[in-house]
Amino acid sequence: MAAPTLPLDSSSISINNASTPAIVFDNVALGFGDNEVLRGVSFSLPRGETKALFGVAGSGKSLILKLAIGLIRPDSGRIVVLGQNITEMSEEELFDLRGKIGMVFQESALFDSLTVRENVAYRLMGVHGIYNDEIDQKVREVLRFVELERTLELYPSELSGGMRRRVAIARALITHPELLLYDSPTGGLDPVTSNTIIELIVKQRDVNQTSALMVTHRLQDAFTMATHHFDRRSNRMVAMPRGQQCEVPMSFLVLRDGKVIFDGDLHALANTQNEYIKEYIS
Amino acid sequence: MKCPAFLCYSFGKAWPTAAGFSERMELTSPTDFAKEQVQTVQSYALFCAQTLANLFRKPFYLADMVLQADLIGVGSLPIVALTGFFTGAVLALQAANTLERFGSITLVGQLVSISMVRELGPVLTGLMVAGRNSSGMASELGSMIVTEQIDAMRALGTDPMKKLVTPRVAATVFMLFFLTILSDLVGLVGGLFIAKVLLRLDARQYWYNAWQTLVFQDVFMGLLKPVLFGFIIASIGCFYGMNARGGTQGVGRATTQAVVAASVLILAVDLFLTRLLMATLSFH
Repeated sequence: MAAPTLPLDSSSISINNASTPAIVFDNVALGFGDNEVLRGVSFSLPRGETKALFGVAGSGKSLILKLAIGLIRPDSGRIVVLGQNITEMSEEELFDLRGKIGMVFQESALFDSLTVRENVAYRLMGVHGIYNDEIDQKVREVLRFVELERTLELYPSELSGGMRRRVAIARALITHPELLLYDSPTGGLDPVTSNTIIELIVKQRDVNQTSALMVTHRLQDAFTMATHHFDRRSNRMVAMPRGQQCEVPMSFLVLRDGKVIFDGDLHALANTQNEYIKEYIS
Repeated sequence: MKCPAFLCYSFGKAWPTAAGFSERMELTSPTDFAKEQVQTVQSYALFCAQTLANLFRKPFYLADMVLQADLIGVGSLPIVALTGFFTGAVLALQAANTLERFGSITLVGQLVSISMVRELGPVLTGLMVAGRNSSGMASELGSMIVTEQIDAMRALGTDPMKKLVTPRVAATVFMLFFLTILSDLVGLVGGLFIAKVLLRLDARQYWYNAWQTLVFQDVFMGLLKPVLFGFIIASIGCFYGMNARGGTQGVGRATTQAVVAASVLILAVDLFLTRLLMATLSFH
């Protein structure tokens, strides 16, 4: 059975043509009072690539995602997202940019007073030129993609933790964003459900090839993503033959004490000489 | 500086968590306390300015305004009507007791009318709506803050100030105006009930006195107050909700603070506004 795909629109097609990185962090620092969380973080996420962000609890991983979407401002440094320097943008200007970014929050952050349909359609409601029929069609398409088509009229409280994450992913995908930010998408889930979510992220990565930055505590999730690809014919995630690279580039970033101590691919990570990273991944 | 828990108290800062009660608690210096209070006032002033400015900026979220008007206005009808009725009734009862000594018991209608329209209608309606809705707004928005729903809203390209705060403020101002009129009317009916049933006064005379005694200044004062009170109720509720920190305990704290702050502010503003209007409207 072929995997359900999301119809591409003009904005998602442009990603492959653009040469500017999706995200650039240039010497970004952020602190709260005396606690300096990020101390000159610099990295770049090329278009079409997926980057997994590791670090111990409190190392500022989620902050990097919130900085990337402009929910918080850095104390110093420069952040360029989809070619725009967001450190110099007003909140009003950021709202337009955020239309091109999808974010999946740690605890899903679904609107609890809205149904699944309303949550997923949130970005489209009130947009000029989009009518209810079209919204319904898009919502069904994206819910079919995350295999939750039957939950349309349910409220978030009626869903399991894994289903809530999938609805959050559907909400992030409905406008075909150019960039996806995942904040611990498998955090607090059992291994089976975690695998379902990772399979969904791999499916999104391989089918739509959207740039993505993913924060995770679970090393095995990122390794699974690096060693598997989505097979459209069987509609499931399958392991790649040993030594074969994934079509969509996948890289890893490790944070320690507010600084980036590693930025590279799976091969470089596996062969690193850094004792801290060796211990971390062992 | 550290001190034993039983000697310490918090200056407007977060109370410790239940687990932290056995721990030592830091004493805030008076300077820090003063700075914190000034900063809160400053933040509130900016919050109000932004809310007012958003009334004239697109998008307007009219559907949310109507929904809030229904929740705040229609939802508060029973409590406002009951409060108005019993206040009017007790006013008539108390007034009759005093007026009887001077042989002027027929003036009960005048007294109830002026007291309700100028003062008790707006203030008691404001306090009732504050108790019901400031707390509701603070807890609803506070819960959205701690569950990252407000961040999600921003990430989805929606301004929470425009989507959540401005409709609540506009709806409360609009509905409190009409709730106050209703409260005044029901208060007069409450007074009539006492005048007719207990005091055996003539109903037409009561209504005639109540109506004739009102002048423009009374009505103007009585209808200006709910506009300001409505703004205070909604802006304070939303302000505390949007600034809730510290999980469910923080939401509870924000809810309590919102009701207390809104109630005190209503009474304080009432005093100053009454004095100002009396001076400017040439009351005798």
